[in-house]
Amino acid sequence: MSLDFTQWSCPLPLRDYPNIVVGHGGGGKLTTELIQHLFAPAFDDPALHQRGDAAVLPLDGARLAISTDSFVVRPLFFPGGSIGELAVNGTINDLAMMGAQPRYLTAGFIVEEGLPLAQLGVIVERMAAAARAAGVRIVAGDTKVVDKGHGDGVFINTTGIGVIPDGVSIGPDRARPGDGVLINGSIGDHGMAIMSVREGLQFETTIASDTAPLHGLVAAMLEAAPGAVHVLRDPTRGGLAAALNEIAVASRVGIQIDERALPVSADVQAACELLGIDPIYVANEGKLVAFVAQEAVETVLACMRAHPLGRGAAVIGRVVEQPAGLVTARTAIGGARVIPMPLGEQLPRIC
Amino acid sequence: MCLGIPGRVQAIYEADGVRMGKVNFGGIVKDVCLEYVPEVAVGDYTIVHVGFAITRVDEASAQESLRLFREMGMLDEELRPEQHAGEVAPPACPVDPWGGAADDRP
Amino acid sequence: MKYLVEFRDGEIAQRLAAEIRRMTTRPWAIMEVCGGQTHAIIRNGIDQLLPPEIELIHGPGCPVCVTPLEVIDKALAIAARPDVIFCSFGDMLRVPGSHKDLFRVKSEGGDVRVVYSPLDAVTIARDNPHKQVVFFAIGFETTAPANAMAVIVAKRQGIRNFSMLVSHVLVPPAIEAIMNSPSNRVQAFLAAGHVCSVMGYWQYLPLAERYHTPIVVTGFEPLDVLEGIRRAVRQLETGEACVENAYPRAVTLEGNRPAQRMLAEVFEVTDRAWRGIGVIPNSGWRLRDAYRDFDAEARFDVAAIRAQESPICRSGDVLQGKLKPYECPAFGKECTPRTPLGATMVSSEGACAAYYHYGRFA
Repeated sequence: MSLDFTQWSCPLPLRDYPNIVVGHGGGGKLTTELIQHLFAPAFDDPALHQRGDAAVLPLDGARLAISTDSFVVRPLFFPGGSIGELAVNGTINDLAMMGAQPRYLTAGFIVEEGLPLAQLGVIVERMAAAARAAGVRIVAGDTKVVDKGHGDGVFINTTGIGVIPDGVSIGPDRARPGDGVLINGSIGDHGMAIMSVREGLQFETTIASDTAPLHGLVAAMLEAAPGAVHVLRDPTRGGLAAALNEIAVASRVGIQIDERALPVSADVQAACELLGIDPIYVANEGKLVAFVAQEAVETVLACMRAHPLGRGAAVIGRVVEQPAGLVTARTAIGGARVIPMPLGEQLPRIC
Repeated sequence: MCLGIPGRVQAIYEADGVRMGKVNFGGIVKDVCLEYVPEVAVGDYTIVHVGFAITRVDEASAQESLRLFREMGMLDEELRPEQHAGEVAPPACPVDPWGGAADDRP
Repeated sequence: MKYLVEFRDGEIAQRLAAEIRRMTTRPWAIMEVCGGQTHAIIRNGIDQLLPPEIELIHGPGCPVCVTPLEVIDKALAIAARPDVIFCSFGDMLRVPGSHKDLFRVKSEGGDVRVVYSPLDAVTIARDNPHKQVVFFAIGFETTAPANAMAVIVAKRQGIRNFSMLVSHVLVPPAIEAIMNSPSNRVQAFLAAGHVCSVMGYWQYLPLAERYHTPIVVTGFEPLDVLEGIRRAVRQLETGEACVENAYPRAVTLEGNRPAQRMLAEVFEVTDRAWRGIGVIPNSGWRLRDAYRDFDAEARFDVAAIRAQESPICRSGDVLQGKLKPYECPAFGKECTPRTPLGATMVSSEGACAAYYHYGRFA
């Protein structure tokens, strides 16, 4: 079968970009459009249209969550972690955001010719350690090697399978007016840790990636307030802003954030000031945003704060009816602004 | 235009004949070119734009501005509730200290 | 962060705004020249705290926005060359030329790199002696000293494979052009604080006098912007027209002398086209003859490239304060940050982009 790209069209054409640009992988509008107009229509499966972090599939009376994620990060090692931990925790978190208990992972490696074996060894060790710590088994794998210059050392894909306990029902379309919006700690740490070691932008800092598996925290939250957690999302690429916008659209609600309530560490704030980047758009790898029924907000908050991965938890906003599909913020000086979906990746500004 | 962020100079050094410094921005340390602020010493605050210090922060001025801000509404509420700000003599326009001698200007 | 967060205090901001509301008796149109201030105003919702009589007109002070289409096209042509590493500030990558942007050139194989400082580009040149390294030297007076230093360092160290595509623009000639425009509505200016850190504000004294227009040197944090507005309103209400410095912690009358000396050494004044506005006489800097060897335009023979701006885009009117972004017929339709037609939509700092991002459609 041959593909005819000249016949392909979409309602909101990528007319400026006939080629893939890095922004298509940035988790913003370009990514969304690529999924909406290219992948989703082609594969056209109801599970894809759920638009959750993982697909939820019935199997012999049980409900499985399945998710796949590929990891490309430069540099491979960064403050607070490496591509190895990311590859394990990232997929675990996608499963956890559907309320699933992760069970099994597969691991695919696309290795660039010339990568020192010792480096690959360390990465794989770290993956193994992360999986053990999370209580998840890595049960299948694959290796391919590409020519030198055709990859950044190593790319890793992991696919995860988890089981959703009975009675748990979480999805991006379940936010309801009145719900409280909670986060389990400070935002922007992962993205700024990577930025601090990126060529051309380096700065000295103690900021470390927040990469962590969140299924334990999720299990505790679901137990503390059964049925009260409506939506969970891990704000990775595109940051908290992208996650909130996706939920506002999927649930057809408005989301109001109080900027003063957003937890941001002093170092991350400083790095963001320096580069002219808003922390609400910066990636996280160990954070979740939870939409919780009003009456259970205090219970869930207390439960989160009691967990090691939720000590910095905070209520950052609430769900309103209107304007549906829009995320707004009350600014520190008492004004209001819209928090739009990011376009592509974040760029340092000079002005 | 021109994102400029204040930071504290924590070390000064020379690299390839260029005056450089380690500047601390609330915990983030960045190498910054100090060629244009020869008066800046370790401990001073400077405003940095695209890796260059463009001016020393006048800390006394900064404190004075903040003091004036804090007093602003307070005076109205506490000291002169009936008075209108327009009645207070406005500060005189700044004068050109070069007295119009344009030749010396860059 | 010291000297930053103190100037974001919400309570004091409310008090400053109340003071402005109390002082204001008539409608006034105030232009914030600098795009950084436009960003701060929209980002913090500062305009929502002001009385309805005060209209903020967004000025042409976004270096990314006003870089002429033709220069972008030249940048794209140079960046596409296989022997070139093209270095740029981050926010320049998304700015479209006639047909594409630097992201697209990168996707087609161009080696395009984001740098934080112009000196980083010089370092890349030193580390890649077999490549031509070109730095896209845009910006107002604030950025120019950094770009000048890059040339000086390259020359001093004999780094021959480094060059710059220069497109510097200057604030005072732009203010003059706005004031001379027959349809001008601006009654007072907030001058850009960091431009004045470098250049001082003596240049504005004759402008304030000639056009009988208050000019207030203003910083970038919410309290700074509100204080700038407060002082401008005070002058307008009392009929004064002088230059005031509302950013004294970073600005002196005479500015940064060492930087000014370096600028005079490296650059000379030239006419410059502003995207969406047109040519403003003596409103730019170019490399002096002594540094012409580092001029990328000459080195890569792109002088012949010419470009036409979109006929439906009215960014020129937006930049001159004649039109609010949402009043442009193309705003949010043909023209979005994804598919920008004009200067003011291209940079996150441009007025149209700020309005679009923060949902100001009316």
